[in-house]
Amino acid sequence: MLNLLRVRQRQGHKTTAFPKALPQLPARFRGRPLIDSSKCPNGCTECVDSCPTDAIQITVGKPQFDLGKCTFCLECTEACPENAIAFTPKFAMATSTRDDLIIGDEGLRLAEALDKKTRALFGRSLAFRQVSAGGCNGCEAEVNALSNVVFDLSRFGISMVASPRHADGLLITGPVTQNMRQALETTYNAIPDPKLVVAVGGCAISGGPFRNMPATNNGAESVVPVDLYVPGCPPHPLTILDGLLRLLDRIESGERQAG
Amino acid sequence: MLKNGQSIPLDSIPESSFEQFRSALLAEVSGGARVVNFSAQPIGEVRAILFAVLADDAQGSLRVLKTRVDDSYPSLTPDCPQVHMFEREMWENLGLTPVGHPWLKSVRSHDDPANHPFFTMVGQDVHEVAVGPVHAGVIEPGHFRFQCTGEVVQHLEVQMGYQHRGVESAMVGGPHKRTMSQIETVAGDTTIGHAIAYCEAIEALSGTQVPERAQALRALALELERLANHVGDLGAIANDIGYLPPAAFCGRLRGDLLNVTTTLTGSRMGRSFVRPGGVTQDIDDAMLTELRATLDTARSQCVDATGLLFDSRSSVARMTGTGVITADECRELGIVGVAARASGVEVDVRMHHPTGWYESAGLSPVVETTLDSLARVTVRRNEIEQSFAIAEKLLKALPGGPIRVTCADLKSNSFAVSMVEGWRGEIVHLATTDADGRFATYKIVDPSFRNWSAVTTAMRGEQISDFPLCNKSFNLSYCGFDL
Repeated sequence: MLNLLRVRQRQGHKTTAFPKALPQLPARFRGRPLIDSSKCPNGCTECVDSCPTDAIQITVGKPQFDLGKCTFCLECTEACPENAIAFTPKFAMATSTRDDLIIGDEGLRLAEALDKKTRALFGRSLAFRQVSAGGCNGCEAEVNALSNVVFDLSRFGISMVASPRHADGLLITGPVTQNMRQALETTYNAIPDPKLVVAVGGCAISGGPFRNMPATNNGAESVVPVDLYVPGCPPHPLTILDGLLRLLDRIESGERQAG
Repeated sequence: MLKNGQSIPLDSIPESSFEQFRSALLAEVSGGARVVNFSAQPIGEVRAILFAVLADDAQGSLRVLKTRVDDSYPSLTPDCPQVHMFEREMWENLGLTPVGHPWLKSVRSHDDPANHPFFTMVGQDVHEVAVGPVHAGVIEPGHFRFQCTGEVVQHLEVQMGYQHRGVESAMVGGPHKRTMSQIETVAGDTTIGHAIAYCEAIEALSGTQVPERAQALRALALELERLANHVGDLGAIANDIGYLPPAAFCGRLRGDLLNVTTTLTGSRMGRSFVRPGGVTQDIDDAMLTELRATLDTARSQCVDATGLLFDSRSSVARMTGTGVITADECRELGIVGVAARASGVEVDVRMHHPTGWYESAGLSPVVETTLDSLARVTVRRNEIEQSFAIAEKLLKALPGGPIRVTCADLKSNSFAVSMVEGWRGEIVHLATTDADGRFATYKIVDPSFRNWSAVTTAMRGEQISDFPLCNKSFNLSYCGFDL
């Protein structure tokens, strides 16, 4: 017992100050990409050609990223002859609409708060049933990490529950395999209305690396409506937490972040 | 004969009659070899070539047996149970019927459950418990069917397939642009392990020599992956036995170790780090100092936190004798990794079939002999210490030179096997190429493909309430099995 207390003392206090303070992630951490299309030579499609998940397209001579498809790999940054693309350690990337995930130079419209009535329902207590539908255990592991002492999800009144009957929402990971489709629909239907759906990770948003494959669907939206999109492969726990807190209006939301 | 990480021309593998194949395989297995991969290459409508890869751990060599079958063949499972899941898989994927297989049913497909009944018991006291695919926690889906008398589990059957995404079939005709991303998500918690296995297969098929510095950095990333997952597992086990302080400490330390991987690779799971020909990112002196300091702190805190599990008598009592699997059962079923080593079976690719940096590492396997959950916990704790020591050694003397070279095109009509000791156990990739140097077949064996049989075996005769602890003490992947 004494040893337990000594160990407790040595482990210290580790809960992040987020959202009051912004944690610094390692310099190499690949969060939101920064695109400088002024460097792009005419007709260059190196980034588009290199992208494994077709997340980049050129629109009016400028590259546009679909963060919902992006796996945050290094292919485009390595392929770009002009160093016009860089991944930044900025982790806030969750959005309220699918279209908002498509970004160019101009920045990203982050998730907006739920309307007042819904916030009155869920603002102080929000319970999710998590369903992995073909997730690789990357996103699942990061969702699990939200409950550890660093991120400590429950201090915000958000929890993961066992029964869909006790849940206010569904948090989906994975591209939705054919073999999980029915179980996912059953779980969704078992959650009482009104309910929220959060799609966590590139697979759940678009199918990710498994898009347009016979054994999978192209993400959560092919089965249920989605209220929050959290991109990443997998998203950092802070990316998920930031998105959830924006929904609950615990973080100032809606602004276009400077590019 | 070949070694881990080598390729040979397909036509250099002698083809034998099925009877010769069968007797050679059984003779090798009775001589102590393990079947590490058993798969088929379809040729035409029904005929197929079977490849069995046998590992001789003492010699560090692999032997490939090859035969040709029509739409059925006499099952090897009754004489060699470790191939039972491979035979089911080939039956499901290619319609090759292993005649006499004791439990022939689907591995992953969910066409009509009525075609694949569960094993059931009858009797006055028998009752059945069905769990899943959606479980209580944040965890992947699978279905568990228990046959119980009272509280005692007589039989457990695990039906997987819910996570099936079609990774292997997507590989055919590759490598494609998406292949590397798909390999890194075969089992997302084993990104580095599967990425190294894939890259070593590519390097074998293209005749690429990976620079020494890249080999060392791969080993570092692999050990960091092992550290984070082992520490996380010990925390999860502490949570499942209701001992919350180590659960909280280990949960946090797992994150600290993932952050070390982020410092190195830019991703908590190590995505985009290992690539054919080497690695994508280097370490400079400042990072070296930072990594060493962080790992030193994490090491002493891990010793503290994981030590709690062994200090508490009630914690040790809870794990002692729970979920026993014997060494003989492990050998018969082809169990690998932590699960096998906790039952006294010395199998570790890093020592028996080393490639890259491990060839000169001189490591010895971490083995326990109490066969139970406590043994699996102890193996993890000791491997945590071993991995910290490896990381320290690597960071003290990183070889110089480049971190990546370009790979040539893949050789045509070739065969390659690569094995990596991932944190759960042995990962085996087998690739064959066609006349154009594209993948003709690609077979992935995640340790979970072998070890779910260990979970069902260990549960026999246990109380059903011991299932969470037993299951967690193995902590297997669902998508790694389902592919």
